[in-house]
Amino acid sequence: MKYETVIGLEVHAELKTKTKIYCGCKNEFGGEPNTHTCPICTGMPGTLPVLNKTVVDYAIKAGLAMNCSITKYGKQDRKNYFYPDLPKAYQISQFDLPLCRNGYIDILVDGETRRIGITRIHIEEDAGKLVHNDYDGTSMADYNRCGEPLIEIVSEPDLRSPEEARIFLETLKSILEYTEVSDCKMQEGSLRCDVNVSLRPEGQKEFGTRCEMKNINSFRAAVRSMEFEQKRQEEVLSGDGVINQETRRWDDVKGVSTVMRTKEDAQDYRYFPEPDLLPIIVSDEWIEEIRGTIPELPEQRKARYIDAFGLPEYDAFLLTSSKKTADYFDETVSLGAAPKTVSNWLMGDIAKLLNDKELESGDIPFTPAQLKSLIDLIEKGTISNSAAKKVLNELFNNPEEPEKIVDRLGLSQVSDEGELQKMVQEVMAQNPQSIVDYKAGKDRALGFLMGQVMKLSKGKANPQVISKMLKDALDQA
Amino acid sequence: MHTFKAHEIRDKIKSKELSSQEITKAFLDRIDAVEDKVESYVTVLADEAMKAAKAVDEKIAAGEEVGALAGVPMALKDNLCTKDVLTTCSSKMLYNFRPPYDATVAQKLKKADTVLLGKVNMDEFAMGSSTENSYFKKTKNPYDISKVPGGSSGGSAACVSADEAAFTLGSDTGGSIRQPAALCGCVGMKPTYGTVSRFGLVAFASSLDQIGPLTKDVRDCALVYDQIVGYDPMDSTSVNREYASFEDALTGDVAGLKIGVPAEYMGEGISAPVQKAVMAALESFKGLGADYSEMHLPLNEYALPAYYMISSAEASSNLARFDGVKYGFRAEKFDDLVDLYAQTRSEGFGAEVKRRIMIGTYALSSGYYDAYYKKAQQVRTMIMQDFDKAFETYDVLVTPATPTTAFGFGEKTDDPLQMYMADICTVSVNIAGLPAVVLPCGYDENGLPIGLQIIGKPFGEAAILNAAYALEKTISKVKPAL
Amino acid sequence: MKISKEEVLHVANLARLKLSDTEAEALAKDMESIIGFANKLNELDTDGVVPTAHAIPMSNAFREDVVKPSYDRDAMIKNAPSADEGGYTVPKVVE
Repeated sequence: MKYETVIGLEVHAELKTKTKIYCGCKNEFGGEPNTHTCPICTGMPGTLPVLNKTVVDYAIKAGLAMNCSITKYGKQDRKNYFYPDLPKAYQISQFDLPLCRNGYIDILVDGETRRIGITRIHIEEDAGKLVHNDYDGTSMADYNRCGEPLIEIVSEPDLRSPEEARIFLETLKSILEYTEVSDCKMQEGSLRCDVNVSLRPEGQKEFGTRCEMKNINSFRAAVRSMEFEQKRQEEVLSGDGVINQETRRWDDVKGVSTVMRTKEDAQDYRYFPEPDLLPIIVSDEWIEEIRGTIPELPEQRKARYIDAFGLPEYDAFLLTSSKKTADYFDETVSLGAAPKTVSNWLMGDIAKLLNDKELESGDIPFTPAQLKSLIDLIEKGTISNSAAKKVLNELFNNPEEPEKIVDRLGLSQVSDEGELQKMVQEVMAQNPQSIVDYKAGKDRALGFLMGQVMKLSKGKANPQVISKMLKDALDQA
Repeated sequence: MHTFKAHEIRDKIKSKELSSQEITKAFLDRIDAVEDKVESYVTVLADEAMKAAKAVDEKIAAGEEVGALAGVPMALKDNLCTKDVLTTCSSKMLYNFRPPYDATVAQKLKKADTVLLGKVNMDEFAMGSSTENSYFKKTKNPYDISKVPGGSSGGSAACVSADEAAFTLGSDTGGSIRQPAALCGCVGMKPTYGTVSRFGLVAFASSLDQIGPLTKDVRDCALVYDQIVGYDPMDSTSVNREYASFEDALTGDVAGLKIGVPAEYMGEGISAPVQKAVMAALESFKGLGADYSEMHLPLNEYALPAYYMISSAEASSNLARFDGVKYGFRAEKFDDLVDLYAQTRSEGFGAEVKRRIMIGTYALSSGYYDAYYKKAQQVRTMIMQDFDKAFETYDVLVTPATPTTAFGFGEKTDDPLQMYMADICTVSVNIAGLPAVVLPCGYDENGLPIGLQIIGKPFGEAAILNAAYALEKTISKVKPAL
Repeated sequence: MKISKEEVLHVANLARLKLSDTEAEALAKDMESIIGFANKLNELDTDGVVPTAHAIPMSNAFREDVVKPSYDRDAMIKNAPSADEGGYTVPKVVE
């Protein structure tokens, strides 16, 4: 039997406000343990939370960017459970009245647009971190991260493959970046996700039993865990087994997931309305005010790239999926570079180098003006394409003006006709047989002679110029 | 000197008739003299108090401007956080807890230049009606030390009644200021929810808790309230509004005041002496030109069950943070993390606290939320509507503060429900967020004080304080013989 | 209203309370009487009644996104029963 995979995601994104959600402590990654805390974010007795308005602004902004309807009367709730990274023994979250509901985002899969539903977006506080000490068998709680503001974005189970889920995550990330509500730094944990996977026989309407995967720290891990789970469930089902509803822990090193909790020992969080906080009432004016701050989103930008610059959809999609990349593209084009050329550079060699150097897409270490200069140097024939790659490498390592790099590395092409003419004559004098061959119609002889001139010029000769000179000289010989 | 009222001390210090050091010393001497009988204090801050008094005196001598209650010695209930000073909630769980911050009320009273004498005893985490649930000691009723002072602010009430402080602050979730004030013969007020900041009050039930004064007379109650009332951006449930002086509003004129007397508070379960004293007080009101008539609050009998569901549910969550990790008590022996939690909480909490945590956890647990917590919140809406309707006709409502006068130690500890009934007259006021003041209106055949409660509209503190002020003048007060 | 010892132990586990047998039995009895008392609320028809979370109706209490200094770590940790290297220590967490 063939099975269809059904995937739903829960993404936690840390909001980049200046302060935490309920107190004035800095919202900042890292720091010495317990140096960004106060009695409020550590829930000391008698302290009370007061909601950071910017958190609400950002959540609504993200919701609007994902086509959600905004809840006019929202509230916050307590989720009760004991864990040493949660000093109040409850997390302030939202239960039945999240700030945003019923939205969607469009993703591009194999050239087709797929609309993925967003069930809800709610605000909540982050927990702290535990550092385990294997030597003395203790764990140490660091509360710096306690109270950092999060939004949890829950998707509908609309995704049908790990690849689709990956594209969804990339698209979601780009929307969060575009709206500037989150830094989306995976390595700092500012974007995390839980994955729900189920399988059903192809054509069946009802969903199968789902398993939730936790402890996923990168998009790559998300995809791998889904692939693993897909395969695992398929094997169970094909062997006439039954899928148990459970929470599984993904081990990215071993590439396997193991059971963490079964349905039977599901936690009872005893949600109830947070009595220390008041309802959040969102007026139409407030919503419109926030709507006014939303910049051009990836979807709109993609359309603009296709319409205004004539870029292929694939290019436009890739370029716009990172706001930084798209901003870089726009700036380079605005300096007068040809859009398709810029796009080729960004999607080709630059993307490859960013990847090699483990930099985030868009974190290009040189300026758009420098890229424009590089492109100009090629177009003017000052450097060859292969020399341009060397310049690009150098721009990554030691960014300075491309002209200077060309000089420093001696990469400029020799286009001086007098000098080249001398070389052509020299090569022809040394290779009379090749002239004979050429005359006899052997085209390969031209290639050989070109190679000899290039060799003589130490690779700096402008190939177009010598090709023409050689042909002229041979025809006259 | 220790019998001076807060406003008398304030005036005498202002006129330099008395120094803060003299009066502080007098109270410390009084504490030395009667504390082993009354046992109202958990912590006495003798040196710190004298130092603070000296600082006030120096400020006055230097002609500097001083706060409104400059030099007045007072004490705080031990669930109000005081920076670097033990704040135990009378629990083993917080036996050594010194918060690195002040409660907003503690800060405000510091700014008013009061002198903190110490922290007073209470039922553990404010759960109880007799202060018998304190981990540390049993506070006695100054009128009869074989009787309880009431609770949970039993220490606050006994302390004032025994002249061990000029005034105290307590907290009131279901009657915890008013019931002990009634049993100890002092004045106590639970203000409108949201008028006094809860920041720094160790939470019992967040939607019901409110801080208020316990004082020797109504004027003191008004002037202390003047100092602690006001918007606090640190408390989301704090009401942002301006308040005129409540002391200045005390005219004693109650002519034309329409008093409602809910029949539900005067029937079965209310002892004869209490009923008699309340009726006499109503007649006094009449003599002062006010008018009273019987009316009904039909949903009153549902207030107590609704209260126990709401307060226990919130408490079960508020008290989850006490787990032996960040502050306070940690069990000595445990197997692993889960055992550390369970062992610490089982050893650190007393029986009543555990009972409420269990009830609250049950009420919130899967499958029961709608039946208990949500239902109680709905009943809460209906009870509020009851009061709204009553206040369309009446300016204030008058009821007994407690069904009986002070009871004996151990009398109600075996049956939790019977103990809960001690709050039967007070809980609905918390449910509806209303202000209510309690003052002595007479004494029973054994000389034990009887409290009368005046309930007001939301933000109607000026009206209830003024009514209490007028009635107070008609009552001859008897001091406890210690 | 009947509350079994098993139910009591389940609730105690949720609340992280360790109960002796006698405690559990006593609590079962107490809870039966208190929850039984609360069942009185069922006499009232609350259909369509909006639950009240706060008696004084208020909304939108916000704080501006302005940084305040954090507390000194020692001041925060001094109350901890067990601390090491600037953190609160607990027996090793294994899930």
